[in-house]
Amino acid sequence: MSEQNLKTSLLGFSLNSPLMGASGTFGYGVEYAHMVELPKLGAVCGKGLTLHGQYGNEGERLWETPSGLMNSIGLQNPGVEHFIQVELPEMEAQLRPAGVAIIANLGGHSEEEYEEGAALLSASSVDMIELNISCPNVKQGGMVYGVKAEAAAQVVRRVRAACTKPLMVKLSPQAEDIPAMCRAVEEAGADAISLTNTFQGCAIDLEKRRPVFNNIFAGLSGPAIRPLALRMVWQAVGAVNIPVVGLGGIATGRDALEFIMAGAQAVQVGAANFVDPRVINRIYDEMADWMQANGVKSLDEIRGCARG
Amino acid sequence: MPAVCCDSVVLDQIALTESVRLLSASWNDPEHLPHAGQFFMLRCWGMGEGPFLSRPISLHYWDPGKKMVEFLYEIKGEGTRRLAQLEAGDAIQLTGPSGNGFDAQAIPQRARLALVGGGIGTAPLYQLARELNARGIRPDGYFGFRDEPFAMESFRGLCGVVRVATDSGRFGFHGLVTEMLEPENYDLILTCGPVPMMRGVYSKCAAAGVRCLVSMENKMACGIGACLGCTCHTKEGPRSVCKNGPVFEGSEVFGE
Repeated sequence: MSEQNLKTSLLGFSLNSPLMGASGTFGYGVEYAHMVELPKLGAVCGKGLTLHGQYGNEGERLWETPSGLMNSIGLQNPGVEHFIQVELPEMEAQLRPAGVAIIANLGGHSEEEYEEGAALLSASSVDMIELNISCPNVKQGGMVYGVKAEAAAQVVRRVRAACTKPLMVKLSPQAEDIPAMCRAVEEAGADAISLTNTFQGCAIDLEKRRPVFNNIFAGLSGPAIRPLALRMVWQAVGAVNIPVVGLGGIATGRDALEFIMAGAQAVQVGAANFVDPRVINRIYDEMADWMQANGVKSLDEIRGCARG
Repeated sequence: MPAVCCDSVVLDQIALTESVRLLSASWNDPEHLPHAGQFFMLRCWGMGEGPFLSRPISLHYWDPGKKMVEFLYEIKGEGTRRLAQLEAGDAIQLTGPSGNGFDAQAIPQRARLALVGGGIGTAPLYQLARELNARGIRPDGYFGFRDEPFAMESFRGLCGVVRVATDSGRFGFHGLVTEMLEPENYDLILTCGPVPMMRGVYSKCAAAGVRCLVSMENKMACGIGACLGCTCHTKEGPRSVCKNGPVFEGSEVFGE
């Protein structure tokens, strides 16, 4: 083990590392807490919540693609209050002692729902709120805010007024104009931006001669989307002054370092957790090894270096 | 006890039929001992080399002395085709043991039990029969196959009656395994197999007022209750097959 320092500062927190478990792939962190070495884990972004909870989508929810995975879960979750009473205490018990930051991911179906959910979470012990304005799998939910910059700014303004926690806004790659969207949410009061959520894709079941998913479209993640996500992270970093957290297909230390060199303050690991639930350990070690081999002591030395 | 992920080694692999394989691998984790009805996520390929996800396969047999887990599986797609290429000494990634499984310890010793398996769904019932026998319970076994039974001899010493049905009529009873079953002779029926078969078993059990436990299957991404990809919509609401199951009360899944 090398002695490189991967500690990462984000919105006043000193994270164990720049590596976060991405929302929807990491449960509430407790499922992975005994497989991931927690001192290597910066934060956990919990499974996306909605104010009242919901059952999620019927029909197929998973479909494999080359180097990727399509999902249509539909924000199945127990609701904000249940989370605060049941799941959050488990996160506190298992993650907090190891210094892993706890991030609640919040989706919604209306501005009022977002606002009320954020107010409840703001009064809880979570460290940050990640605002999901980008779920592609819920009808009339999230996605409309993910496409139009004005709609996104409107919901961010309302949530900003309702919560005192640091607010990270998770963007959709379906946004009409990534730099404009980033600037809009920054001006509306976001403290950080995370991107990207999954890309909308489609699959047809030849035998049934019908779309695989009931919603026809579903979210694509995994290494297949990494260059697309990295391009958007690059654009986001160039557009705003707030920290950008990058995600999309990160599976190795080199992948993570690409996002850091593009200017990401931290990164999230998603679908790769399904391939190997210990993958964050390996990504951390590979980053540290690369840094040692290249005489880099801190990520601050290389963050954004690719931008020249 | 939560699942763990281990880099393990294949001990042996044999072909039972053209498409059915028996794969054994070492399992050395003394703190995570598997039991009947649980499963593991199996993987022997890199991220870009094969299917993106690992493959959930139920535990067929666990030998604590040899620290060996055995998997009986059918080659159905690319993932299982890759598993079928494994030979002794090859590396395999195992994540598990996952799921609730069958709770053999909770079954009263005087209970009259029947195991009902369909095709590759017979796989987890072997470990179950062993655990029941260890408690002094000798279940009857009803097993259905399309054309060719496999792994039946291992049940004969563990079950009172072993009855086999085939769709083709080539072996045993010509017809569905559910046609042979008379639930009123039992206190509890435990079943694993294709959903239409398990629904049929449940219907007969419900009509006879006999409790029935079913072991469900679904596509899975994480296999540990994190992704909610394998949710099964039940009377009790959405339940994860990988974490809340795979074993459910039949009434919960198939009840009106």
